[in-house]
Amino acid sequence: MAKDVVEMRHITKQFGNFKANDDISLTLHQGEILALLGENGAGKSTLMGMLSGLLKPTAGQILIDGKEVEMDSPRDAKNLGIGMVHQHFMLIPAFSVLENIILGDEPLKQGRIDYKQAEKDITALAEKYHLDINLKAKVADITVGMQQRVEIMKALYRKANVFIFDEPTAALTPQEIEQLMKIFRTLAAENKSIIFITHKLKEIKEAADRCIIIRAGKVIDDVMVADVAEEKMAEMMVGRKVRTTVDKEPVDQTKTVLEVSGLNVEKDGLAAVKNLNLTVHTGEIVGVAGVDGNGQSELIDALTGLRKIKSGSVKVNGKEYANHSVREITEAKVAYIPEDRQTVGLILPMTIAENLVLKNYYHAPYNKQGILNYNKINADGRQLVKDFDIRSQSEKEAVGSLSGGNQQKVIVAREIASQPDLLIAANPTRGVDVGAIEYIHEKINAERNAGKAVLLISFELDEILKLSDRVVVMHAGEIVGEIDPNHTSAEELGLMMAGQKKTAAK
Amino acid sequence: MSFTTLLMTLVSSTLVYAAPLIFTALGGTFSERSGIVNVGLEGMMVVGAFSSIVFTLDFDKTLGNATPWLAILVGGAFGLLFSLLHAVATINFRADHIISGTVLNLLAPGLCVFLTRIFYSGKGQTPVISQGLDKVTFPGLSKIPFFGEVLFTRTSLIAYLAILISIVSWYFLYRTNIGLRLRSVGENPVAADTLGINVYKYRYMGVLISGFLGGMGGAVMALTITLNFSTNTISGQGFMALAAMIFGKWHPIGAMGAAVFFGLAQSLSITSAYIPLLSHVDSVWFQIAPYLITIIVLVIFLGKAVAPAADGTNYIKNK
Repeated sequence: MAKDVVEMRHITKQFGNFKANDDISLTLHQGEILALLGENGAGKSTLMGMLSGLLKPTAGQILIDGKEVEMDSPRDAKNLGIGMVHQHFMLIPAFSVLENIILGDEPLKQGRIDYKQAEKDITALAEKYHLDINLKAKVADITVGMQQRVEIMKALYRKANVFIFDEPTAALTPQEIEQLMKIFRTLAAENKSIIFITHKLKEIKEAADRCIIIRAGKVIDDVMVADVAEEKMAEMMVGRKVRTTVDKEPVDQTKTVLEVSGLNVEKDGLAAVKNLNLTVHTGEIVGVAGVDGNGQSELIDALTGLRKIKSGSVKVNGKEYANHSVREITEAKVAYIPEDRQTVGLILPMTIAENLVLKNYYHAPYNKQGILNYNKINADGRQLVKDFDIRSQSEKEAVGSLSGGNQQKVIVAREIASQPDLLIAANPTRGVDVGAIEYIHEKINAERNAGKAVLLISFELDEILKLSDRVVVMHAGEIVGEIDPNHTSAEELGLMMAGQKKTAAK
Repeated sequence: MSFTTLLMTLVSSTLVYAAPLIFTALGGTFSERSGIVNVGLEGMMVVGAFSSIVFTLDFDKTLGNATPWLAILVGGAFGLLFSLLHAVATINFRADHIISGTVLNLLAPGLCVFLTRIFYSGKGQTPVISQGLDKVTFPGLSKIPFFGEVLFTRTSLIAYLAILISIVSWYFLYRTNIGLRLRSVGENPVAADTLGINVYKYRYMGVLISGFLGGMGGAVMALTITLNFSTNTISGQGFMALAAMIFGKWHPIGAMGAAVFFGLAQSLSITSAYIPLLSHVDSVWFQIAPYLITIIVLVIFLGKAVAPAADGTNYIKNK
């Protein structure tokens, strides 16, 4: 049995009256990869915050290599060999990779930074751990995957033995995730120990040895990954059975709601959407599958009035809406769940109720001669918070203080409450946890069952296949094929997304 | 006037006008590299100019030739003290950097003219100092044919020192670990904090160095050009230095080069009379030119130049 490098005993962390962690115990062995699974707000990050010196426990002990320790700052954690890789990378884009790695622990020679020595040390580490990084490049110019390797190197350079990763795969492409999993195994093989926080079950299955499931601040179970099925882990995390399918009721799918023909859209002078034709009928979810950057964003922006259309027609319920203003399109009963909730979908410092009324604030009953009726705004906000299970203290809480899943629910609530004929949803569940995904999927499907048209753009194949009635595949700004989601596989879809036309027969 | 003499006059008067701008623009660079926007450079120059003139008037009998050189350091010291206001307001109290800087610019002339009236029996300006910074001919270097005469004869020693300081500043910011850390808190203070770098300490360092250099800039202006202190002693040079810093892309050497260019623009209002082609142009245009160029530079370059990423943002440390 490998020795314990980290032991957390009966840790409790209280914020006011709220117990974020309630009597949590955890051990980490040398050379082990441990996954910490839990929904947003379950207390995973709080727990790791205490292990990395950012927070202090209200009660309980932390032992490193068998010795009890107290940490007052990340510096203390660093000295104990604990390295944290934050979800949002702590890098300086204007600096070189090398400068980012040595910052704060620079080797000196006669008062100046000894770049040669640093380069030598880091190159040796990179070779030992098979980390492909370009030391001379500016961080601003490297891929997200390499930025993460730089973060890992920062910890290695500071002689970390324990690596904490906070949602390490959130921003990575599938290839980069695969690479990261390889790095995990290399680190573990060198007797380093890893804890990673996640709510993606696939990754746990693929990389972790052991998994601790946390719900509402308490440890639910501690399992060996090999022994437990994904569904079971999901159930433990959420606290009930998770549904992986949606109920589709038979509805009238004959009336056309959205009709796009010959659409051309440019981005920076280059064609991003080329001669695209697309129709969405009532009671139908049309999924647009494709690899990020193949014109999906430009297509959505064009449909919602955010980007100029070069040529072509966009008809909603038979009326032309190409190059109309956003408000005209909204008033044509088009709702839009944007991909980037924080910069496009919400105004973070404003309250939940204010965000919910963003599309209606200018007319009655919310507005009388330019004066806002806050009683009505807050009352309706309170109702939507209840209807859509937005977990918050009150409708007057700032949206920015909610978790990602609940922020997304605010957008879904606003858009669905506007009773649209056409709902455009772009990656509606990106970065939210299993429970919220299930909830949002149900809501989108309910729109379909109510006879509304839904256009779903997503990079998650599982999501597309689960929800769509029809799937079209976009590649290089064109639709390269259409498939029936009930008679296809992820592999077939993947090939089409890579640009192989029509190999897949219907 | 021979061609060589003309060139010598042009170079030396350019350097005379450039020297205060170089100091101040370097000051701005330090402050903004640490993430604190410094529009208060003008105010810091005013304080530096005033304190250096008062010092010179009081001590030139006892200290002799060394007086103006010491006065530059005194100007720097008072500039540093004055910049403490900006540091406390922006770093500790998270005030808006532009507003805090504007306060310095409004406060400094009022305060210094007020003190002038108190010190010098109600007059709005100080007496003229008997000993400013004289022009220097470098021994040895001035013997180099042509270049010696143009660059090193009857020229401004302090301007050469300023150029030297810009090189030292570059070395400090780009080759030492303290410089790297100072720049890191101006780019991403959160990241710097996770690496155990004290964001407040390095931001203080940036602002105080800026106050010191800005005060020196003001002192040099007073000791070489105006030779006394009044409301007009510093008339927009702080903003020209700010423009030079932006023009120079927040880089010490770039800021110095831009400051020399602005120095040339200012010197033309005097030397243009001797330059054949320009002598027919009304000198009013040359007096306007530096200000006009400042505005144009700011309009053209401010949008494009890449400022330190966290310049102008306040940092709140987590509990």
